[in-house]
Amino acid sequence: MSAGAIRAGRIAARLGRPLGTLCGLGLLWWGIVRLGGVPSYLLPPPDSVARALWAQRGLLAGAAGTTLLETVLGLLLGTMGGGALALLMMASAPVRRWMMPLVLLSQAVPVFALAPLLVLWFGFGIASKVVMAVLVIFFPITSSFFDGLRRTPPGWLDLARSMDARPGLVLLRLRLPAALPALASGLRVAAAIAPLGAVVGEWVGASSGLGFLMQTANTRFETDLMFAALLVLATMTVLLWWGVDRALARMLYWVPDDQPN
Amino acid sequence: MVTTPTHPAHPLGLALHHIDHGYAIGGTDTPVLDDISLTIAPGEFVALLGPSGCGKSTLLRLIAGLEPPRAGTILAEGTPITGPGPDRIVMFQDPTLYPWRTVRGNVALGHDIAGRKDPASVDAAIELVGLKGFERAWPHQLSGGMAQRAALARALVNDPRLLILDEPLGKLDSLTRLTMQTELQRLWRDRGFTAIMVTHDVEEALLLATRIIVFSPRPARIIGDLPIDLPPHRHRDDPRLLDLRKNILTQLGHSADW
Repeated sequence: MSAGAIRAGRIAARLGRPLGTLCGLGLLWWGIVRLGGVPSYLLPPPDSVARALWAQRGLLAGAAGTTLLETVLGLLLGTMGGGALALLMMASAPVRRWMMPLVLLSQAVPVFALAPLLVLWFGFGIASKVVMAVLVIFFPITSSFFDGLRRTPPGWLDLARSMDARPGLVLLRLRLPAALPALASGLRVAAAIAPLGAVVGEWVGASSGLGFLMQTANTRFETDLMFAALLVLATMTVLLWWGVDRALARMLYWVPDDQPN
Repeated sequence: MVTTPTHPAHPLGLALHHIDHGYAIGGTDTPVLDDISLTIAPGEFVALLGPSGCGKSTLLRLIAGLEPPRAGTILAEGTPITGPGPDRIVMFQDPTLYPWRTVRGNVALGHDIAGRKDPASVDAAIELVGLKGFERAWPHQLSGGMAQRAALARALVNDPRLLILDEPLGKLDSLTRLTMQTELQRLWRDRGFTAIMVTHDVEEALLLATRIIVFSPRPARIIGDLPIDLPPHRHRDDPRLLDLRKNILTQLGHSADW
């Protein structure tokens, strides 16, 4: 077998396993609804979800576009903000002492409880959802990057110091690149949870987006559309995570352990 | 063999006066160095030999300026050492290559830190250690020996007046080790720097050094100071080396093991 065929087979096997699990779950779902006589406004059968998915494809795509935009903007701003704060905390002890409680607080306060407030402050547009996404990812980004910055191997630091490197240079040319793999794991987590922030923001008050669509479909007992929106959201999140994972692996090609498995 | 660029040799001389040092390990104070006094002439190749964990590497850290001694002074040409300096370059037991820099980027590290650009000397150093053609390789693509060669090039590119060798060949396989010993000696001869090397390998010390300092178990005291008055091209089976070896092993308390 050629290398290409082996590779194709491996990819098929990798995709096949989760797809098989999904098909099995779908079949179970279908069986419960059909044999159990569950009313479709409580749990629609998979085929009517598929029909809703196709019939409302324009609506769903538009809503997904809004949610994706909010998520990506939140990821970018949250990464820049969290990254900058982690660097500042590493560079200066006063910043570290003053800001660390705030970073912890951003995780300790349930961000979802803040959603109504954020909508009040930032309006029904995408701004409040972007802020939600930023708040949700701020802690994993900042703490993973800060940890990475702190845990530079002592031997690497000795080398830079033995060459008389100034502290600023050590931070930017040694600690920063050495912490990128840690930042990358924070980013992977962030990519998986950022859509959550956006969708929660949409639930509370919005005029578009997947969360908004789910909310309206739910109140109208269009459970099949609600399930279709959920499916789109899940697919989008998985694809976003996968895209971020691949992009990071490509950027951090020098990390010896960063082999895809 | 590549012709070595000729550098004006200004090897560094050192004087250590009554150095005491220690660490707080698990709440108790552990003395590591006990009244070390030592004078090293410019251009010497000094091997520090002693039982593992006795404090030899700590002594190197003090000479490199990575930490100050608790007591005593270290003078480099009469001036006290207060911190690291570009004239004293360390080669560690691990190659310590930064994985996000290519071989070339790692060798150029000293230049980058000093804000200097001198690609010609970086190329020359890479060629000198036999890594020509691997400039763009990443550290994880190198074998242990190649990585340590890159570390050697990174040290040499700074034109050190004192090369501080913290058991740099300790983790290499025995064949690579023999080659690197020869290379190290050739470089020392051609470049004319002073070298201080920590090693556990009596044979390595006998082959390379002009003088061997023997340390006691921790806290390290100097228990032997042997000049090796033999020409640089030494044969491993030279009977005079065998005599010295027996002498050193006896001092280290292994009289029966040679």
